[in-house]
Amino acid sequence: MNVHVKIPPVSIGLAGNGKTLKQHRDEVLARTESNGHYNGLTHLDLKEKNPIGYEKLFSKLRGGLVHARETAKKIAASPIVEQEGELCFTLYNAAGDCILTSTGIIIHVGTMGAAIKYMIENGWEQNPGINPGDMFTNNDCSIGNVHPCDIATIVPIFADGRIIGWVGGVTHVIDTGSVSPGSMSTGQVQRFGDGYQVTCRKTGINDTPLTDWLHESQRSIRATKYWILDERTRIAGCHMIRDLVEDVIREDGLDNFEKFAYEVIEEGRRGLHSRIKALTIPGIYRKVAFVDVPYAHEDIGCSSAFAKIDTIMHSPVEIKINGDATWRMDFEGASRWGWHSYNANQVAFTSGIWVMLTQTLVPTERINDGAYYGSKFHLPKGTWMNPDDRRTGHAYAWHFLVSGWSALWRGLSTAYYGRGYLEEVNAGNGNTSNWLQGGGINQDGDVHAVNSFEPAATGTGACAIKDGLNHAAAVWNPEGDMGDIEIWEMAEPLLYLGRNIKTNSGGYGKYRGGCGFETLRMVWKAHDWTMFFMGNGYMNSDWGFMGGYPSATGYRFEAHQTALKERIAQGLSLPLGADRDVDTPDYENHISPTAKVKRDKQAMTTEAVYEDYDLYLNYVRGGPGFGDPLDRDSQSVESDLNNKYVLPRYAEKVYGAVISQDGRGKWSVDHAKTVARRAEIRKERIARSIPTRTWMESERKRILAKDASTAVQQMFATSFALSPKFLSDFQSFWNLPADWTINESELGIPSFGAKYRSGLDHLPGVTRVVLVEE
Amino acid sequence: MSQYTTKQVSELVDGRLDWDTVHRMLSMPKDADRFEKFIQVLQEKVTWKDRILLALGPHLYIVQNAEKKWVTKCSCGHEYGDYRQNWKLEALIYVRDDGEKMNEVYPKLMAPDTNWQVYREYCCPTCGVMHDVEAPTPWYPVIHDFEPDLETFYGQWLHLPVPERA
Repeated sequence: MNVHVKIPPVSIGLAGNGKTLKQHRDEVLARTESNGHYNGLTHLDLKEKNPIGYEKLFSKLRGGLVHARETAKKIAASPIVEQEGELCFTLYNAAGDCILTSTGIIIHVGTMGAAIKYMIENGWEQNPGINPGDMFTNNDCSIGNVHPCDIATIVPIFADGRIIGWVGGVTHVIDTGSVSPGSMSTGQVQRFGDGYQVTCRKTGINDTPLTDWLHESQRSIRATKYWILDERTRIAGCHMIRDLVEDVIREDGLDNFEKFAYEVIEEGRRGLHSRIKALTIPGIYRKVAFVDVPYAHEDIGCSSAFAKIDTIMHSPVEIKINGDATWRMDFEGASRWGWHSYNANQVAFTSGIWVMLTQTLVPTERINDGAYYGSKFHLPKGTWMNPDDRRTGHAYAWHFLVSGWSALWRGLSTAYYGRGYLEEVNAGNGNTSNWLQGGGINQDGDVHAVNSFEPAATGTGACAIKDGLNHAAAVWNPEGDMGDIEIWEMAEPLLYLGRNIKTNSGGYGKYRGGCGFETLRMVWKAHDWTMFFMGNGYMNSDWGFMGGYPSATGYRFEAHQTALKERIAQGLSLPLGADRDVDTPDYENHISPTAKVKRDKQAMTTEAVYEDYDLYLNYVRGGPGFGDPLDRDSQSVESDLNNKYVLPRYAEKVYGAVISQDGRGKWSVDHAKTVARRAEIRKERIARSIPTRTWMESERKRILAKDASTAVQQMFATSFALSPKFLSDFQSFWNLPADWTINESELGIPSFGAKYRSGLDHLPGVTRVVLVEE
Repeated sequence: MSQYTTKQVSELVDGRLDWDTVHRMLSMPKDADRFEKFIQVLQEKVTWKDRILLALGPHLYIVQNAEKKWVTKCSCGHEYGDYRQNWKLEALIYVRDDGEKMNEVYPKLMAPDTNWQVYREYCCPTCGVMHDVEAPTPWYPVIHDFEPDLETFYGQWLHLPVPERA
C-alpha cells in the first residue's frame, strides 16, 4: 500500500537540486536548442549501456498505461468513454514533456503537457503549491485543450521529495454546461457560452477530490452522474499509473527511471526522422482544405447578431521535407478565427496531428513529445488554429481540425505513392459528423444531455490498392466504434428505426472511399427536449486523391408532427431503414402528409424543439476516393450495387458501368460493354473540358468583378488580412493589379474581430506557453 | 528488413496482392529497395521508352525523355512540360460549378453548394484519363501539389546515381 505523506512547502524547488520546475524546464529547452537533440542528448546512455533494461522499462510503463486505461474505463457509465474509448492516460517527465501514452484519444499527449507547462511557467509551484496527493483539473481551451468537454485530471509524481513526473488522464464528458446541451454544441459563439472551464485548478488533496469542487462542478453541467463517474475513471487511472511508476523506481532505481524519461523522448525524435527518410521524398508539398460555417441560416439561433454570417474555414499547408529528413509544416494563409465554437488552440492543432500520424507515418507505441521536438510548425497568430483573442469558442474544434488535417493525408500520401509504398496511401479522412446532440428531461426524468458518438465509425479514405473501410473509424480515435444500439437507447430517449449503410456516401474512384452509415431515431419518452445537427453540408472537408472524388457532403432530415403514434396504432407503414436515394426521398411516404419536414443542406443547426415521435436522421459521412473511377474493376462496381454502396445511376454515370438487374433484384455489370462505354466517357471528358489556362482567363474576370458568394469573399479577406504573402501569391497567380484586394469592411456583413482583438497575454500575471512559430 | 519480389510489387500495383503480404508490408519495417522495384514494374507497364523517375499518380509520371529533359508525362504518352512546372496548367479542366453539373456525380443534397465549393476535374488532353479532382472554393488558385527534390532523393536518400538532366 502506498502512503502519501503531505510534505511541508518546499523551499529548494520541486525539481530538486535547489531548482524550480521552471528553471528545470528552461534548462531542458536550452540544452535542446543547443544541439537539436532533446535535452541535449547526443547519446542515449541507458539505452546504449543497458538496452534490455531500457526495453523492459518501456514495456512496463507502456503496458501499465494501456492497462490503466482499459481498467479505468470500466468505471465510467458514459457510453462515450466506456463504449467508444474516448479517454487516454499519459506519463510526463518533470518538465511536462510526454514520455509515453496509452491508446485512445492521444491528441492529449500535447494538451495535458501544455497544461503542465502552463502550471510550471505560471508559478503553480509557489501558489497554489504542488504536493504529493494533489490533483489538478484542466479543460481550458486557451492553454491547449481541444474543447471544454475533454476534462483532464493531472497528478504530480514525487520521489525523494521532488517532482519526477506527472500523469494525466482525460475523458470526453457528455456535457460541460455550455449554452446548448451536448459536449460539442453550436449555439454559443464565444468562450463565455462554451461551458464550464477550469484552468489547472487544484481540485484534490491527499488523493481526495475537494468538496467545493464536487459541489460546484456538478451544478455547472447537466449530466451529473456521468460527470462524477468520468472523474473517478480519470483519478483511478492516474493513481494506477502513479503506483506503477513508484514500483518501477523501487525495482529499477530512480536514476534509471529519470534517464529513461528523457532518453525515450530523444529516441522518439530520432524515430520520426528515420521514418520520414524511410517513407517520404524530400521536396515541397502543397495541399488545402476547407469546411463550411453556415450561420446566416434561420435555424442557427445564436444570440449574437455579429455571428449570423456564412464563413469558410481555410487551411492551406505547405509541407517542406528537407534533405536531412527534418520537416516543417507551414499554415501561412489560413483564415482567421471566428464567432462560432470551431476554433482550435495551437496545441490542439499540433498535438492532434500526432493522432493522425500514428495511423500512418509513425504507427508505433513510442508516441511521445519526441515527434513534437522533431517537427516545426508555423501557425500564424490570429488564424483559426492559433487564435489571438481570448473570447474564442472551441466546443467543436474538431469541425475545423478534422477538415484541416485531410490536406496532410494527401501530402503524405503523395510521398508514399512516389516511393511505391502504395499500402500506406490514404486519400484522406472522412468528416466525422453528423453529431447528434441535444438534451432536456430524459426517459428517467433527469436533466440530461446527449451526444451520440456514432461518428467514431466514419467511412475511411481509399487506399491506392483497396477501398476505404465502411463505417469504420474516426481520425481522432483510431480505436473508434459506432457503439451498440442497445447502449445508445439506454443513454438517449431516442429509439432506432434503422441503422444502414449510407449509399453513395463514399467518394468514387478506382478504389472508393468507405461508406458511412445512417441511423433514423425517433424521440421516445423525452420531455422539454431539444436536438441539433452538427456537420458539413454546403462543402466537403476532404478531397479525392489522384483522380478520385471527394466523399458526399452532409445534409439534414428532421420531421415533426409525424403522427407516428397513430400510424403505429393503426398498423400503417413506418419510416424504417435507410434514406436510400435523397433525390427521391421515401421517409415522407410513411409519416403524416402534414408533417413538418426539414430536408436540406443546413447540416448545422442550433437547438430545435422535439416532441415524442419526431424523427432525426443521423447520417455519418464517408471517406474520399482514390484514382480515376473509370479504372474501377467492373466486379467491384457490381458488388457496390448489390451491397447498396452506390446508386445505379451513378454506377452508370461515374463508373461508366453498363448494368442490368435480374428478376430477384441482383445487379450485374456487363464487362465488355463497360469497357466500350468508358472509352466513350473519356472522349466525352475531352469534349466538355477546356484548357486550364483558358478557364483561368474567365475565372480571373470573375475575381476582378468580385463575383463570388459573400462567404467565399469573407474567407479570402480574412486570409489576406493575416498574410500579405498569401495575398501576394494570389495576385501573382491570377495576374491581378498590385492594389487588388478584398477587405471585410466592403462585404456588407459584420466583421467583429477584424480589427480589435485581445489575447490571453493581456491578462495580468499570465505567461502564455507558445509551442509553435507564430 | 523486409524483402518482397518484383512480382509481389507488381501485384501490389495491380491491387491483387494477397492480404497477408499486404498486412506484412503495413506492419513490418519497410523494404528499402521498394522504389527500384516499383519503378521497374511501372516501366514495364507503359508503352513508351522514357525512363520513369517518379510516379505522381496511377497515370502520371516524371520521366527523363529522349532529350534528357525531365518532364511530366501521362501513361498515354502525352507530355505536360518541365517537371518543375504545374502540370495542371497544361491539362484540360472541367469545372462543376452549378447544381446540375454536381447532380451528375452526387444526389443533390449530397453534393456541395457551388456558391461555396466547386469540383475542378483535370484530365489528359489526349486520352481523357482523370488525373486529379480539386475541390476548392471559387477563385482558388490551381494548386501546385508537389515539387520533389529528386536530386537529393536519388543521390542522398536512395544512394542511387542521379539521372542526367538536360
